[in-house]
Amino acid sequence: MKKWASTARRSLPSLNFLLLLIVAWEAASRIAGTPLYRLPPPSTIWQALIAGAPLLLIHTRATLSAAGAGLSLAVIVALTLAVIMDRWAWLNRALYPLLIISQTVPIIALAPLLLILFGLGLTSKIAVVTLVCFFPLAVNLMDGLAQVDPEAVDLLRVMQASPAMIFRSVQLPSILPYFFSGLKIAVTYSVMGAVIGEWLGARAGLGVFMIRSMRSFKTDSLFAAILVVVIVSLVLFKLTELAAWAAMPWNRVKLNNQQEE
Amino acid sequence: MAEPNARLLLEDVSTTYLSDSLRLPVLDKVSLRVGEGEFVSLLGPSGSGKSTLLKIAAGLLKPDAGRIFLNGAEVSGRAAKVGYMPQQDLLFPWKTLLQNGALPLLAAGAGKKEARSRVSELLPVFGLEGFEGYYPRQLSGGMRQRAALLRTVLIESGLMLLDEPFAALDALTREKLQEWLLGILSRFKRSVLFVTHSIDEAIYLSDRVYMISDRPGKIVQELSIELPRPRSRTVVTAPRFMAYKELLMGSLDLH
Ligand SMILES: Nc1ncnc2c1ncn2[C@@H]1O[C@H](COP(=O)(O)OP(=O)(O)O)[C@@H](O)[C@H]1O
Ligand SMILES: [Mg+2]
Repeated sequence: MKKWASTARRSLPSLNFLLLLIVAWEAASRIAGTPLYRLPPPSTIWQALIAGAPLLLIHTRATLSAAGAGLSLAVIVALTLAVIMDRWAWLNRALYPLLIISQTVPIIALAPLLLILFGLGLTSKIAVVTLVCFFPLAVNLMDGLAQVDPEAVDLLRVMQASPAMIFRSVQLPSILPYFFSGLKIAVTYSVMGAVIGEWLGARAGLGVFMIRSMRSFKTDSLFAAILVVVIVSLVLFKLTELAAWAAMPWNRVKLNNQQEE
Repeated sequence: MAEPNARLLLEDVSTTYLSDSLRLPVLDKVSLRVGEGEFVSLLGPSGSGKSTLLKIAAGLLKPDAGRIFLNGAEVSGRAAKVGYMPQQDLLFPWKTLLQNGALPLLAAGAGKKEARSRVSELLPVFGLEGFEGYYPRQLSGGMRQRAALLRTVLIESGLMLLDEPFAALDALTREKLQEWLLGILSRFKRSVLFVTHSIDEAIYLSDRVYMISDRPGKIVQELSIELPRPRSRTVVTAPRFMAYKELLMGSLDLH
Protein backbone atom coordinates (compact mmCIF):
# COMPACT_ATOMS: atom_id res chain seq x y z
CA MET A 1 0.00 0.00 0.00
CA LYS A 2 2.93 2.28 -0.67
CA LYS A 3 0.75 3.83 -3.34
CA TRP A 4 -1.62 5.29 -0.79
CA ALA A 5 1.17 6.82 1.24
CA SER A 6 2.52 8.52 -1.87
CA THR A 7 -0.98 9.67 -2.86
CA ALA A 8 -1.36 11.21 0.58
CA ARG A 9 2.00 12.93 0.27
CA ARG A 10 1.13 14.29 -3.14
CA SER A 11 -2.23 15.68 -2.02
CA LEU A 12 -0.74 17.27 1.08
CA PRO A 13 -0.10 20.70 -0.50
CA SER A 14 -3.66 20.91 -1.84
CA LEU A 15 -4.99 19.82 1.56
CA ASN A 16 -2.94 22.51 3.26
CA PHE A 17 -4.26 25.09 0.87
CA LEU A 18 -7.82 23.96 1.46
CA LEU A 19 -7.32 24.22 5.19
CA LEU A 20 -5.95 27.72 4.80
CA LEU A 21 -8.93 28.71 2.70
CA ILE A 22 -11.37 27.38 5.28
CA VAL A 23 -9.65 29.24 8.09
CA ALA A 24 -9.60 32.47 6.07
CA TRP A 25 -13.25 32.05 5.18
CA GLU A 26 -14.22 31.44 8.80
CA ALA A 27 -12.24 34.45 9.98
CA ALA A 28 -13.54 36.75 7.26
CA SER A 29 -17.18 35.95 7.84
CA ARG A 30 -16.75 36.42 11.62
CA ILE A 31 -14.95 39.72 11.28
CA ALA A 32 -17.24 41.11 8.60
CA GLY A 33 -20.27 39.61 10.27
CA THR A 34 -22.04 38.89 6.96
CA PRO A 35 -25.61 37.68 7.38
CA LEU A 36 -25.74 33.90 7.57
CA TYR A 37 -28.03 33.52 4.57
CA ARG A 38 -25.45 35.08 2.26
CA LEU A 39 -22.28 33.20 3.04
CA PRO A 40 -22.30 31.08 6.16
CA PRO A 41 -18.92 30.38 7.78
CA PRO A 42 -17.55 26.79 7.58
CA SER A 43 -18.40 26.13 11.24
CA THR A 44 -22.09 26.81 10.59
CA ILE A 45 -22.03 24.62 7.46
CA TRP A 46 -20.49 21.84 9.49
CA GLN A 47 -23.24 22.13 12.09
CA ALA A 48 -25.87 22.01 9.35
CA LEU A 49 -24.21 18.93 7.93
CA ILE A 50 -24.29 17.13 11.29
CA ALA A 51 -27.83 18.21 12.09
CA GLY A 52 -29.11 17.33 8.62
CA ALA A 53 -27.16 14.10 8.30
CA PRO A 54 -30.10 11.64 8.50
CA LEU A 55 -32.07 13.59 5.91
CA LEU A 56 -29.01 14.18 3.73
CA LEU A 57 -28.30 10.47 3.78
CA ILE A 58 -31.74 9.67 2.37
CA HIS A 59 -31.34 12.22 -0.40
CA THR A 60 -27.77 11.13 -1.15
CA ARG A 61 -29.01 7.61 -1.60
CA ALA A 62 -31.59 8.80 -4.14
CA THR A 63 -28.99 10.79 -6.03
CA LEU A 64 -26.56 7.89 -6.00
CA SER A 65 -29.08 5.45 -7.42
CA ALA A 66 -29.90 7.85 -10.24
CA ALA A 67 -26.21 8.46 -10.91
CA GLY A 68 -25.33 4.77 -10.69
CA ALA A 69 -28.16 3.57 -12.92
CA GLY A 70 -27.55 6.35 -15.46
CA LEU A 71 -23.85 5.68 -15.51
CA SER A 72 -24.33 1.94 -16.03
CA LEU A 73 -26.71 2.62 -18.88
CA ALA A 74 -24.23 5.10 -20.33
CA VAL A 75 -21.48 2.46 -20.27
CA ILE A 76 -23.69 -0.01 -22.14
CA VAL A 77 -24.78 2.60 -24.70
CA ALA A 78 -21.24 3.91 -25.21
CA LEU A 79 -19.71 0.45 -25.60
CA THR A 80 -22.37 -0.62 -28.08
CA LEU A 81 -22.02 2.58 -30.08
CA ALA A 82 -18.23 2.43 -30.08
CA VAL A 83 -18.11 -1.19 -31.21
CA ILE A 84 -20.66 -0.62 -33.97
CA MET A 85 -19.02 2.57 -35.16
CA ASP A 86 -15.58 0.97 -35.12
CA ARG A 87 -16.85 -1.98 -37.11
CA TRP A 88 -18.57 -0.01 -39.88
CA ALA A 89 -16.77 3.08 -41.10
CA TRP A 90 -19.82 4.54 -42.88
CA LEU A 91 -21.83 4.38 -39.65
CA ASN A 92 -18.99 6.22 -37.96
CA ARG A 93 -19.13 8.99 -40.55
CA ALA A 94 -22.91 9.18 -40.20
CA LEU A 95 -23.14 9.10 -36.41
CA TYR A 96 -20.08 11.00 -35.23
CA PRO A 97 -21.45 14.48 -36.08
CA LEU A 98 -24.73 13.56 -34.38
CA LEU A 99 -22.86 12.56 -31.25
CA ILE A 100 -21.13 15.91 -31.11
CA ILE A 101 -24.38 17.76 -31.76
CA SER A 102 -26.00 15.84 -28.91
CA GLN A 103 -23.38 17.38 -26.63
CA THR A 104 -23.84 20.95 -27.82
CA VAL A 105 -27.47 21.05 -26.74
CA PRO A 106 -27.41 22.50 -23.20
CA ILE A 107 -28.52 19.84 -20.76
CA ILE A 108 -30.39 22.52 -18.79
CA ALA A 109 -32.61 23.03 -21.81
CA LEU A 110 -33.03 19.36 -22.48
CA ALA A 111 -33.71 18.20 -18.93
CA PRO A 112 -37.23 19.70 -18.64
CA LEU A 113 -38.11 17.88 -21.85
CA LEU A 114 -36.95 14.60 -20.38
CA LEU A 115 -38.96 15.41 -17.28
CA ILE A 116 -42.13 15.78 -19.36
CA LEU A 117 -41.25 12.59 -21.21
CA PHE A 118 -40.37 10.40 -18.23
CA GLY A 119 -42.08 12.07 -15.27
CA LEU A 120 -40.83 13.14 -11.87
CA GLY A 121 -39.54 9.71 -10.89
CA LEU A 122 -36.14 8.06 -11.21
CA THR A 123 -36.39 7.46 -14.97
CA SER A 124 -35.98 11.09 -16.00
CA LYS A 125 -32.90 11.44 -13.76
CA ILE A 126 -31.39 8.32 -15.27
CA ALA A 127 -32.02 9.79 -18.72
CA VAL A 128 -30.20 13.03 -17.86
CA VAL A 129 -27.25 11.16 -16.35
CA THR A 130 -26.98 8.80 -19.31
CA LEU A 131 -27.06 11.72 -21.69
CA VAL A 132 -24.18 13.55 -20.02
CA CYS A 133 -22.13 10.44 -19.29
CA PHE A 134 -22.18 8.43 -22.49
CA PHE A 135 -20.24 10.99 -24.53
CA PRO A 136 -16.86 10.97 -22.73
CA LEU A 137 -17.13 7.20 -22.53
CA ALA A 138 -18.01 6.73 -26.20
CA VAL A 139 -15.28 9.06 -27.46
CA ASN A 140 -12.62 7.36 -25.36
CA LEU A 141 -13.79 3.88 -26.30
CA MET A 142 -13.74 4.78 -29.99
CA ASP A 143 -10.20 6.12 -29.64
CA GLY A 144 -9.25 2.90 -27.89
CA LEU A 145 -10.78 0.65 -30.54
CA ALA A 146 -9.02 2.64 -33.27
CA GLN A 147 -5.71 1.88 -31.56
CA VAL A 148 -6.19 -1.88 -31.55
CA ASP A 149 -3.33 -3.58 -33.38
CA PRO A 150 -4.72 -5.28 -36.51
CA GLU A 151 -1.75 -7.69 -36.42
CA ALA A 152 -2.91 -8.97 -33.05
CA VAL A 153 -6.30 -9.69 -34.56
CA ASP A 154 -4.61 -11.43 -37.52
CA LEU A 155 -2.65 -13.62 -35.17
CA LEU A 156 -5.80 -14.85 -33.47
CA ARG A 157 -7.53 -15.37 -36.80
CA VAL A 158 -4.70 -17.69 -37.82
CA MET A 159 -5.29 -19.60 -34.59
CA GLN A 160 -8.91 -19.92 -35.77
CA ALA A 161 -10.20 -18.09 -32.69
CA SER A 162 -13.87 -17.19 -32.60
CA PRO A 163 -14.89 -13.51 -32.97
CA ALA A 164 -15.97 -13.56 -29.33
CA MET A 165 -12.57 -14.81 -28.23
CA ILE A 166 -10.83 -12.22 -30.40
CA PHE A 167 -12.88 -9.47 -28.77
CA ARG A 168 -12.19 -10.80 -25.30
CA SER A 169 -8.45 -11.27 -25.77
CA VAL A 170 -7.56 -8.28 -27.95
CA GLN A 171 -10.12 -5.48 -28.12
CA LEU A 172 -11.36 -5.60 -24.55
CA PRO A 173 -7.98 -5.42 -22.79
CA SER A 174 -6.61 -2.84 -25.24
CA ILE A 175 -9.49 -0.45 -24.62
CA LEU A 176 -9.40 -0.75 -20.82
CA PRO A 177 -7.09 2.26 -20.24
CA TYR A 178 -9.27 4.35 -22.56
CA PHE A 179 -12.40 3.10 -20.85
CA PHE A 180 -11.14 4.16 -17.44
CA SER A 181 -10.07 7.59 -18.72
CA GLY A 182 -13.61 8.10 -19.93
CA LEU A 183 -15.09 6.63 -16.78
CA LYS A 184 -13.18 9.06 -14.55
CA ILE A 185 -14.83 11.95 -16.35
CA ALA A 186 -18.18 10.19 -16.51
CA VAL A 187 -18.45 9.44 -12.78
CA THR A 188 -18.03 13.09 -11.87
CA TYR A 189 -20.54 14.06 -14.55
CA SER A 190 -22.96 11.45 -13.26
CA VAL A 191 -23.42 13.05 -9.83
CA MET A 192 -23.71 16.48 -11.39
CA GLY A 193 -26.21 15.19 -13.96
CA ALA A 194 -28.35 13.57 -11.28
CA VAL A 195 -28.38 16.76 -9.20
CA ILE A 196 -29.37 18.87 -12.22
CA GLY A 197 -32.14 16.42 -13.02
CA GLU A 198 -33.43 16.58 -9.46
CA TRP A 199 -33.11 20.34 -9.37
CA LEU A 200 -35.60 20.61 -12.19
CA GLY A 201 -38.13 18.37 -10.54
CA ALA A 202 -38.04 15.26 -8.41
CA ARG A 203 -39.34 13.81 -5.19
CA ALA A 204 -36.00 13.01 -3.62
CA GLY A 205 -32.30 13.61 -4.11
CA LEU A 206 -29.65 16.16 -3.20
CA GLY A 207 -30.97 18.50 -5.91
CA VAL A 208 -34.36 18.51 -4.23
CA PHE A 209 -32.73 19.08 -0.86
CA MET A 210 -30.83 22.05 -2.28
CA ILE A 211 -33.95 23.66 -3.70
CA ARG A 212 -35.81 23.25 -0.44
CA SER A 213 -32.90 24.75 1.50
CA MET A 214 -32.76 27.71 -0.85
CA ARG A 215 -36.47 28.38 -0.70
CA SER A 216 -36.33 28.54 3.07
CA PHE A 217 -33.13 30.63 3.05
CA LYS A 218 -31.19 27.89 4.81
CA THR A 219 -27.98 28.73 3.04
CA ASP A 220 -25.99 26.64 5.51
CA SER A 221 -27.98 23.53 4.54
CA LEU A 222 -27.46 24.35 0.87
CA PHE A 223 -23.71 24.47 1.42
CA ALA A 224 -23.86 21.25 3.42
CA ALA A 225 -25.50 19.58 0.42
CA ILE A 226 -22.84 20.99 -1.89
CA LEU A 227 -20.22 19.58 0.44
CA VAL A 228 -21.87 16.18 0.21
CA VAL A 229 -21.88 16.37 -3.60
CA VAL A 230 -18.17 17.20 -3.61
CA ILE A 231 -17.29 14.40 -1.22
CA VAL A 232 -19.40 11.84 -3.06
CA SER A 233 -17.83 12.83 -6.40
CA LEU A 234 -14.32 12.63 -4.99
CA VAL A 235 -14.98 9.22 -3.48
CA LEU A 236 -16.43 7.92 -6.76
CA PHE A 237 -13.44 9.29 -8.64
CA LYS A 238 -11.01 7.57 -6.28
CA LEU A 239 -13.00 4.33 -6.54
CA THR A 240 -12.67 4.51 -10.31
CA GLU A 241 -8.91 4.91 -10.03
CA LEU A 242 -8.84 1.96 -7.69
CA ALA A 243 -10.90 -0.12 -10.13
CA ALA A 244 -8.51 0.78 -12.96
CA TRP A 245 -5.60 -0.26 -10.79
CA ALA A 246 -7.26 -3.56 -9.98
CA ALA A 247 -8.41 -4.26 -13.54
CA MET A 248 -5.01 -3.83 -15.18
CA PRO A 249 -2.46 -5.77 -13.13
CA TRP A 250 -0.01 -5.81 -16.07
CA ASN A 251 0.40 -2.05 -15.77
CA ARG A 252 1.85 -2.19 -12.31
CA VAL A 253 4.37 -5.02 -12.50
CA LYS A 254 7.83 -4.11 -11.37
CA LEU A 255 10.42 -3.93 -14.09
CA ASN A 256 13.52 -3.95 -11.92
CA ASN A 257 13.63 -7.74 -11.97
CA GLN A 258 14.01 -7.86 -15.73
CA GLN A 259 15.55 -11.15 -16.68
CA GLU A 260 18.65 -11.67 -18.72
CA GLU A 261 19.54 -14.72 -20.75
CA MET B 1 -1.64 -28.44 -59.47
CA ALA B 2 -0.33 -28.83 -55.97
CA GLU B 3 2.38 -31.39 -55.51
CA PRO B 4 1.31 -33.97 -52.97
CA ASN B 5 4.33 -33.51 -50.70
CA ALA B 6 4.37 -29.71 -50.65
CA ARG B 7 3.44 -28.10 -47.36
CA LEU B 8 3.19 -24.72 -49.01
CA LEU B 9 3.07 -23.79 -52.65
CA LEU B 10 2.81 -20.32 -54.12
CA GLU B 11 2.19 -19.97 -57.86
CA ASP B 12 2.78 -16.65 -59.60
CA VAL B 13 1.60 -14.54 -56.70
CA SER B 14 1.43 -10.83 -57.45
CA THR B 15 0.06 -8.08 -55.33
CA THR B 16 -0.17 -4.31 -55.20
CA TYR B 17 -0.96 -2.06 -52.26
CA LEU B 18 -3.38 0.74 -52.95
CA SER B 19 -3.09 3.69 -50.63
CA ASP B 20 -5.13 6.72 -51.63
CA SER B 21 -4.50 6.96 -55.35
CA LEU B 22 -1.01 5.47 -55.11
CA ARG B 23 -0.33 2.02 -56.50
CA LEU B 24 2.57 0.22 -54.87
CA PRO B 25 3.44 -3.05 -56.62
CA VAL B 26 4.93 -5.26 -53.92
CA LEU B 27 5.14 -8.81 -55.26
CA ASP B 28 5.68 -9.75 -58.87
CA LYS B 29 4.86 -13.33 -59.90
CA VAL B 30 6.44 -14.98 -56.91
CA SER B 31 6.47 -18.76 -56.91
CA LEU B 32 7.91 -20.84 -54.13
CA ARG B 33 7.57 -24.14 -52.43
CA VAL B 34 8.16 -25.56 -48.99
CA GLY B 35 8.38 -29.36 -48.93
CA GLU B 36 7.54 -31.67 -46.05
CA GLY B 37 10.05 -31.21 -43.23
CA GLU B 38 11.96 -28.62 -45.19
CA PHE B 39 13.48 -25.42 -43.79
CA VAL B 40 13.19 -22.73 -46.44
CA SER B 41 14.35 -19.14 -46.06
CA LEU B 42 13.05 -16.13 -47.88
CA LEU B 43 15.96 -13.72 -48.03
CA GLY B 44 15.68 -10.15 -49.18
CA PRO B 45 16.21 -6.50 -48.42
CA SER B 46 13.79 -4.68 -46.19
CA GLY B 47 10.73 -3.40 -48.02
CA SER B 48 10.86 -6.17 -50.65
CA GLY B 49 7.49 -7.59 -49.62
CA LYS B 50 8.55 -10.51 -47.43
CA SER B 51 6.06 -9.83 -44.65
CA THR B 52 3.38 -9.29 -47.26
CA LEU B 53 4.17 -12.67 -48.75
CA LEU B 54 3.85 -14.40 -45.37
CA LYS B 55 0.49 -12.75 -44.78
CA ILE B 56 -0.68 -13.97 -48.16
CA ALA B 57 0.56 -17.48 -47.38
CA ALA B 58 -1.37 -17.40 -44.09
CA GLY B 59 -4.54 -16.38 -45.90
CA LEU B 60 -4.64 -13.01 -44.12
CA LEU B 61 -4.25 -11.05 -47.33
CA LYS B 62 -5.69 -11.77 -50.74
CA PRO B 63 -3.22 -11.38 -53.62
CA ASP B 64 -4.23 -9.74 -56.89
CA ALA B 65 -3.14 -12.79 -58.82
CA GLY B 66 -1.75 -16.25 -58.23
CA ARG B 67 -2.69 -19.31 -56.22
CA ILE B 68 -1.69 -20.59 -52.80
CA PHE B 69 -1.83 -24.18 -51.66
CA LEU B 70 -1.42 -25.27 -48.05
CA ASN B 71 -1.05 -29.01 -47.48
CA GLY B 72 -2.39 -29.49 -50.98
CA ALA B 73 -5.58 -27.49 -50.43
CA GLU B 74 -6.08 -24.09 -52.00
CA VAL B 75 -6.13 -21.16 -49.58
CA SER B 76 -8.97 -18.84 -50.38
CA GLY B 77 -9.86 -15.68 -48.60
CA ARG B 78 -9.86 -16.83 -45.00
CA ALA B 79 -7.13 -17.17 -42.41
CA ALA B 80 -5.49 -20.56 -42.63
CA LYS B 81 -4.42 -22.52 -39.59
CA VAL B 82 -0.63 -22.19 -39.75
CA GLY B 83 2.09 -21.43 -37.25
CA TYR B 84 2.31 -17.79 -38.21
CA MET B 85 4.66 -15.62 -36.18
CA PRO B 86 4.43 -11.94 -37.10
CA GLN B 87 7.44 -9.64 -37.28
CA GLN B 88 6.93 -8.07 -33.83
CA ASP B 89 6.73 -10.77 -31.17
CA LEU B 90 3.12 -9.68 -30.49
CA LEU B 91 2.89 -11.18 -27.07
CA PHE B 92 -0.13 -9.58 -25.49
CA PRO B 93 1.11 -7.22 -22.74
CA TRP B 94 -2.02 -7.90 -20.68
CA LYS B 95 -1.43 -11.63 -20.54
CA THR B 96 1.20 -13.52 -18.60
CA LEU B 97 3.65 -15.79 -20.37
CA LEU B 98 1.47 -18.78 -19.54
CA GLN B 99 -1.71 -17.09 -20.76
CA ASN B 100 -0.01 -15.98 -23.97
CA GLY B 101 1.22 -19.48 -24.64
CA ALA B 102 -2.21 -20.94 -23.96
CA LEU B 103 -3.95 -18.81 -26.61
CA PRO B 104 -3.65 -21.24 -29.55
CA LEU B 105 -4.89 -24.10 -27.40
CA LEU B 106 -7.87 -22.13 -26.09
CA ALA B 107 -8.65 -21.00 -29.64
CA ALA B 108 -8.67 -24.65 -30.67
CA GLY B 109 -11.25 -25.38 -27.99
CA ALA B 110 -9.06 -26.82 -25.22
CA GLY B 111 -10.10 -26.31 -21.60
CA LYS B 112 -8.22 -23.82 -19.40
CA LYS B 113 -6.67 -26.54 -17.28
CA GLU B 114 -5.54 -28.65 -20.19
CA ALA B 115 -4.06 -25.58 -21.92
CA ARG B 116 -2.18 -24.62 -18.77
CA SER B 117 -0.63 -28.01 -18.29
CA ARG B 118 0.38 -28.33 -21.94
CA VAL B 119 2.10 -24.94 -21.91
CA SER B 120 3.77 -25.72 -18.59
CA GLU B 121 5.17 -28.94 -20.04
CA LEU B 122 6.86 -26.99 -22.82
CA LEU B 123 8.31 -24.20 -20.69
CA PRO B 124 11.57 -26.01 -19.89
CA VAL B 125 12.06 -26.88 -23.56
CA PHE B 126 11.92 -23.17 -24.38
CA GLY B 127 14.06 -22.17 -21.43
CA LEU B 128 11.20 -20.35 -19.78
CA GLU B 129 10.65 -22.44 -16.68
CA GLY B 130 9.74 -20.33 -13.67
CA PHE B 131 8.61 -17.37 -15.73
CA GLU B 132 5.03 -18.49 -16.42
CA GLY B 133 3.59 -15.71 -14.24
CA TYR B 134 5.64 -12.93 -15.84
CA TYR B 135 4.18 -10.31 -18.12
CA PRO B 136 5.96 -9.82 -21.47
CA ARG B 137 7.46 -6.47 -20.54
CA GLN B 138 9.23 -8.15 -17.62
CA LEU B 139 11.05 -10.48 -20.01
CA SER B 140 14.18 -9.87 -22.04
CA GLY B 141 14.07 -9.69 -25.84
CA GLY B 142 15.41 -13.23 -26.26
CA MET B 143 12.90 -14.65 -23.82
CA ARG B 144 10.06 -12.88 -25.57
CA GLN B 145 11.05 -14.38 -28.90
CA ARG B 146 11.23 -17.84 -27.35
CA ALA B 147 7.82 -17.32 -25.77
CA ALA B 148 6.41 -16.23 -29.12
CA LEU B 149 7.92 -19.33 -30.71
CA LEU B 150 6.39 -21.51 -28.02
CA ARG B 151 3.02 -20.00 -28.84
CA THR B 152 3.63 -20.57 -32.55
CA VAL B 153 4.60 -24.20 -32.06
CA LEU B 154 1.30 -24.76 -30.22
CA ILE B 155 -0.70 -23.83 -33.30
CA GLU B 156 -1.60 -27.26 -34.58
CA SER B 157 -0.10 -27.22 -38.07
CA GLY B 158 2.74 -28.85 -39.94
CA LEU B 159 3.94 -25.49 -41.23
CA MET B 160 5.49 -22.51 -39.50
CA LEU B 161 5.78 -19.08 -41.08
CA LEU B 162 8.35 -17.08 -39.13
CA ASP B 163 8.82 -13.39 -39.93
CA GLU B 164 12.31 -12.22 -38.97
CA PRO B 165 12.01 -13.68 -35.47
CA PHE B 166 15.57 -12.77 -34.47
CA ALA B 167 16.03 -9.47 -36.32
CA ALA B 168 15.60 -7.27 -33.25
CA LEU B 169 18.09 -9.16 -31.07
CA ASP B 170 21.75 -8.46 -30.42
CA ALA B 171 24.20 -10.59 -32.41
CA LEU B 172 25.13 -12.93 -29.57
CA THR B 173 21.58 -13.70 -28.48
CA ARG B 174 20.68 -14.08 -32.09
CA GLU B 175 23.29 -16.74 -32.80
CA LYS B 176 22.35 -18.61 -29.66
CA LEU B 177 18.69 -18.62 -30.66
CA GLN B 178 19.48 -19.80 -34.22
CA GLU B 179 21.17 -22.88 -32.83
CA TRP B 180 18.41 -23.36 -30.34
CA LEU B 181 15.76 -23.10 -33.09
CA LEU B 182 17.38 -25.95 -35.01
CA GLY B 183 17.21 -28.05 -31.86
CA ILE B 184 13.55 -27.20 -31.35
CA LEU B 185 12.75 -28.12 -34.93
CA SER B 186 14.41 -31.49 -34.73
CA ARG B 187 12.05 -32.14 -31.83
CA PHE B 188 8.81 -30.76 -33.28
CA LYS B 189 9.34 -31.73 -36.94
CA ARG B 190 7.80 -28.78 -38.70
CA SER B 191 8.24 -27.40 -42.18
CA VAL B 192 9.37 -23.79 -42.01
CA LEU B 193 9.26 -20.73 -44.19
CA PHE B 194 11.66 -18.35 -42.51
CA VAL B 195 11.90 -14.69 -43.46
CA THR B 196 15.20 -12.92 -42.91
CA HIS B 197 17.39 -10.19 -44.33
CA SER B 198 20.57 -11.81 -43.05
CA ILE B 199 22.49 -13.94 -45.56
CA ASP B 200 24.39 -15.80 -42.80
CA GLU B 201 21.21 -16.63 -40.96
CA ALA B 202 19.54 -17.92 -44.12
CA ILE B 203 22.46 -20.21 -45.04
CA TYR B 204 23.04 -21.46 -41.53
CA LEU B 205 19.43 -22.48 -40.95
CA SER B 206 18.08 -23.54 -44.31
CA ASP B 207 17.77 -26.45 -46.66
CA ARG B 208 16.88 -24.01 -49.40
CA VAL B 209 17.04 -20.24 -49.81
CA TYR B 210 14.94 -18.01 -52.03
CA MET B 211 16.36 -14.60 -52.72
CA ILE B 212 13.79 -11.91 -53.34
CA SER B 213 14.63 -8.64 -55.09
CA ASP B 214 13.92 -5.07 -54.10
CA ARG B 215 10.33 -3.91 -54.54
CA PRO B 216 8.45 -5.14 -56.48
CA GLY B 217 9.72 -8.43 -55.02
CA LYS B 218 10.69 -11.06 -57.56
CA ILE B 219 12.45 -14.33 -56.84
CA VAL B 220 15.90 -13.78 -58.31
CA GLN B 221 17.61 -16.89 -57.03
CA GLU B 222 16.90 -20.26 -55.54
CA LEU B 223 19.73 -22.05 -53.80
CA SER B 224 19.89 -25.45 -52.16
CA ILE B 225 22.12 -25.48 -49.12
CA GLU B 226 23.96 -28.74 -48.89
CA LEU B 227 25.58 -28.56 -45.51
CA PRO B 228 25.35 -31.60 -43.26
CA ARG B 229 22.98 -31.61 -40.29
CA PRO B 230 23.09 -31.29 -37.37
CA ARG B 231 24.95 -28.06 -38.01
CA SER B 232 27.24 -26.59 -35.45
CA ARG B 233 28.17 -22.96 -35.28
CA THR B 234 31.58 -23.66 -36.85
CA VAL B 235 29.94 -24.42 -40.17
CA VAL B 236 29.98 -20.69 -40.93
CA THR B 237 33.73 -20.93 -41.59
CA ALA B 238 33.42 -23.88 -43.98
CA PRO B 239 34.50 -23.13 -47.56
CA ARG B 240 31.14 -24.24 -48.88
CA PHE B 241 29.36 -21.81 -46.57
CA MET B 242 31.57 -19.02 -47.93
CA ALA B 243 30.79 -20.05 -51.48
CA TYR B 244 27.04 -19.89 -50.84
CA LYS B 245 27.48 -16.52 -49.23
CA GLU B 246 29.38 -15.16 -52.21
CA LEU B 247 26.76 -16.47 -54.57
CA LEU B 248 23.91 -14.82 -52.67
CA MET B 249 25.78 -11.55 -52.27
CA GLY B 250 26.41 -11.57 -55.98
CA SER B 251 22.77 -11.88 -56.86
CA LEU B 252 21.95 -9.14 -54.38
CA ASP B 253 24.26 -6.74 -56.26
CA LEU B 254 22.94 -7.73 -59.65
CA HIS B 255 19.34 -6.80 -59.02
N1 LIG C 1 -0.81 -2.26 -45.46
C1 LIG C 1 0.02 -1.65 -46.32
N2 LIG C 1 -0.44 -0.66 -47.13
C2 LIG C 1 0.38 -0.05 -47.99
N3 LIG C 1 1.65 -0.35 -48.16
C3 LIG C 1 2.19 -1.32 -47.39
C4 LIG C 1 1.39 -2.02 -46.43
N4 LIG C 1 2.18 -2.94 -45.81
C5 LIG C 1 3.40 -2.81 -46.36
N5 LIG C 1 3.41 -1.85 -47.30
C6 LIG C 1 4.57 -1.48 -48.15
O1 LIG C 1 4.87 -2.58 -48.96
C7 LIG C 1 6.26 -2.76 -49.04
C8 LIG C 1 6.64 -4.15 -48.59
O2 LIG C 1 6.37 -4.26 -47.21
P1 LIG C 1 6.73 -5.58 -46.39
O3 LIG C 1 5.98 -6.72 -46.95
O4 LIG C 1 6.51 -5.27 -44.96
O5 LIG C 1 8.29 -5.74 -46.69
P2 LIG C 1 9.42 -6.49 -45.87
O6 LIG C 1 8.76 -7.38 -44.88
O7 LIG C 1 10.21 -7.24 -46.89
O8 LIG C 1 10.26 -5.46 -45.20
C9 LIG C 1 6.90 -1.67 -48.21
O9 LIG C 1 7.32 -0.64 -49.09
C10 LIG C 1 5.81 -1.21 -47.33
O10 LIG C 1 5.94 0.16 -47.04
MG1 LIG D 1 8.91 -7.42 -42.89
